[in-house]
Amino acid sequence: MGASLLPVLLVTGFWGVVGVVLPCYLPKGPNRGILQLILMLTAATCWLFWLCCYMAQMNPLIGPKLHNTTILLMAKAWGNAIST
Amino acid sequence: MNVGGSTIFGTADHESDVNKENETKLLLDSYVEKEKRAEAPRMGSMFRSEEMALCQLFIQPEAAYSAVASMGEAGVVQFRDLNSDVNAFQRKFVSEVRRCDELERKLRYIEAEVNKDKVPIPENTISPNAPNPREIIDLENQLERTESEILELSHNAVNLKSNYLELLELKHVLEKTHSFFEESFCLQQQDSTTPTSSGNDSITKALISEDSQQVIRGRLGFVAGVVSRERVPGFERMLWRISRGNVFLRRAELAEPLEDPATGNEIYKTVFVAFFQGEQLKSRVKKVCSGYHASFYNCPSSYVDRQDLLKGVKTRIEDLNLVLNQTHDHRQRVLTTVAKELHGWSVMVRKMKAIYHSLNLFNMDVTKKCLIGECWVPLSDVPFIRQTLADGGKAVGSSIPSFLNVIETNENPPTFNRTNKFTQGFQNLIDSYGVASYREVNPALYTIITFPFLFGIMFGDAGHGLILTLFGGFMVLREQQFTQKKINNEVWNIFFSGRYIILLMGIFSIYTGIIYNDVFSKSINIFGSSWSVILKNNTIKDISEATLDPAVNYNQLPYPMGLDPVWQRSSIETSPTCAPSVLITFINMMLYKKNTENVLPCQPYMFQYQDQLQTIFLIISLCCIPIMLAGKPIYIMISKRRMQKRRYSVNNGDLNQEIEMKENESVSIPSENMTLQYHPEEQQQDDEHEEMSEILIHQVIETIEYVLSTVSHTASYLRLWALSLAHAQLSEVLWNMVLKAGLMSESYSGSILLYFTFGTWSVFTIAILVMMEGLSAFLHTLRLHWVEFMSKFYIGTGYPFQPFSFKLILESEEALEE
Repeated sequence: MGASLLPVLLVTGFWGVVGVVLPCYLPKGPNRGILQLILMLTAATCWLFWLCCYMAQMNPLIGPKLHNTTILLMAKAWGNAIST
Repeated sequence: MNVGGSTIFGTADHESDVNKENETKLLLDSYVEKEKRAEAPRMGSMFRSEEMALCQLFIQPEAAYSAVASMGEAGVVQFRDLNSDVNAFQRKFVSEVRRCDELERKLRYIEAEVNKDKVPIPENTISPNAPNPREIIDLENQLERTESEILELSHNAVNLKSNYLELLELKHVLEKTHSFFEESFCLQQQDSTTPTSSGNDSITKALISEDSQQVIRGRLGFVAGVVSRERVPGFERMLWRISRGNVFLRRAELAEPLEDPATGNEIYKTVFVAFFQGEQLKSRVKKVCSGYHASFYNCPSSYVDRQDLLKGVKTRIEDLNLVLNQTHDHRQRVLTTVAKELHGWSVMVRKMKAIYHSLNLFNMDVTKKCLIGECWVPLSDVPFIRQTLADGGKAVGSSIPSFLNVIETNENPPTFNRTNKFTQGFQNLIDSYGVASYREVNPALYTIITFPFLFGIMFGDAGHGLILTLFGGFMVLREQQFTQKKINNEVWNIFFSGRYIILLMGIFSIYTGIIYNDVFSKSINIFGSSWSVILKNNTIKDISEATLDPAVNYNQLPYPMGLDPVWQRSSIETSPTCAPSVLITFINMMLYKKNTENVLPCQPYMFQYQDQLQTIFLIISLCCIPIMLAGKPIYIMISKRRMQKRRYSVNNGDLNQEIEMKENESVSIPSENMTLQYHPEEQQQDDEHEEMSEILIHQVIETIEYVLSTVSHTASYLRLWALSLAHAQLSEVLWNMVLKAGLMSESYSGSILLYFTFGTWSVFTIAILVMMEGLSAFLHTLRLHWVEFMSKFYIGTGYPFQPFSFKLILESEEALEE
């Protein structure tokens, strides 16, 4: 089970800026409250959604079941060609 | 689910005690000081509906019209009917309403005339203001003049046209009868030489040969005229019958139709000449002619006379044509000038009528010589209304100013949520379920984001989301044009009024599509898959399928953004994640079943103290149940007992109550502050005495509902998974069965196949995947909001605020017209 630091930091940082930092700097107008809420809710829901997907892949219990053609293609295209 | 109304808990919806009155007055003074000039109403907070104040307006009759007009333009006041017991015909401003009706009638007539001549009516985007009394008189005179002018023009046109028609018919008669007489003349000549007989001629001949040969036509009377073609058979038969066969009819059809002056229809006509003998027959023939609406003309017998008459008629026709054209041009000019003003006039008249209807709701206080009205106004708009009244009074120049008085009331105010074009769609979604109670928490505020997000979870395809975003974006960018166009299509109007919702749904669908790694059912590999294969020899050819092992083939770093692309190729159909298994797992969780399987090195729990934590959470949730069951009733009982104690120690007397209440207040315990709020109301109204048993029963029902809903609603959210799976499967099937077939060809002819395949694929994508699935996901999201979200707290028994607004009135009238 592992997690790489960079994606987590980047994504959390992005949604943190959107949801925490940006609402403080909105122009003062009649719609300020609504815009703040929109930004915060968007950041919270989107970040949570990403987190669920990320954490679900951190410790997979089972891998994908692939055709041998797919496996051969994967080996060729993504590295680790077959060594005979 | 109100327990004795929400009054008992003193929520912000009953601010009718003395403290609040003082607060309001302070607030208003500060408003007035800060904003002397009238300011347009501002966007309030959407969290709750706006605070409403019941106001009494005291307006001078002279200033009343302009004051109500400006209130109509602002659209923030809801008038109450103070004359509900008065008949509609006995109200004060009935005569003015009748004047407006008369003006409307004139406008309708003018509009009909303008449309008859197909003069284009330009649409004005700017709505003119309601006319003040002086302008009303001008408008009335102008409309009167225009109407009489158009009437006169029409009348003259009809006269001219009927003249023209007569002349035209006469010309045709003269031309055609020439041939009739020619024939009989020839025959007569013929007959004088050889007594041959054939067919029709024998009839003519028979008539002619009875008398002397030259002066035949003198003895033979005739009537020449024109009859419409469809009446000819009946006409002939009638003539035959009344004359017992002694009338001879010759006819010739006219090639072009003639225009009927009254209706403007084109009618085909036939020229006829009826020959007979004797005066009696003549009168009978003429009567038949008038019966069949045939017009007859005096046709001179001699050829020369006819030619002269024909020449004269032709010149007269030309002159009349000139006159007709000039009249037509004049009419067109008048109508065009009128058409420009028409829209503005009708808007002004409608506004006038609305103002007088509203004024009819006012009460006339005879002694004080002013109009009294009651209205609901949002609290933040009260200074604006005061300013409007002051301005109206100044404009008219009355000495006594009109003023506004905020009155305290226990009535339930209307619910007013100030929305702009963006938030209105979401507010409509919530209001469709039920209008929020006064000052209740408004779910629409959160719906702005939660609705598109839940939709996105169920829709989850970046490609389809892109289509939705483009559609929503198109409508939003062109919204000015579309609002002005006023399209009649109901489906389009629904889509257009939800354009911001569609746009947001599309954006969130793109995001969830990226996370699901689904673009038109294909995955994209941006960051490089975390799964790899390590093959040492060629034995892979012997195995048809292999499952990758996470310990070996997985590099332990999850795909940074979304689902790893390798899963697209996976043919795992049955897995621990399929439907029956999920439900059973869920139910086991509820029943607190331990997973007895112990497969090393896998731990039964995810982290160390999970077991104890689970127990603690379960105990906490179980402890909540008696609190839900007994908490509210116990609180009600205690507060009722305190109230009764208080009431027995105070005299009966309305004015004294408040003073004594204040005295008690200083001595009382701070926690009783809430109970004081409903004291005045207790004396003013009859006691809302709710039996304890009823309250307990209510509470039991609520508790059961709530406990059950913790399980059922949680299970209900499984539809998010179900719909997203369905969507993904549908798009995958469409790809595999349709587009893939188009891409498999190896020759150039495959391009043609691909052309058609792509067409089919796109049609199905849009029709099934975007429209059908989109509608389905929309519906499920709506249900999730209405039931699983709002049933937990929403009361929704309010009534909407319906302000007197010209914009709303004009829009609804236009919608009715179409």
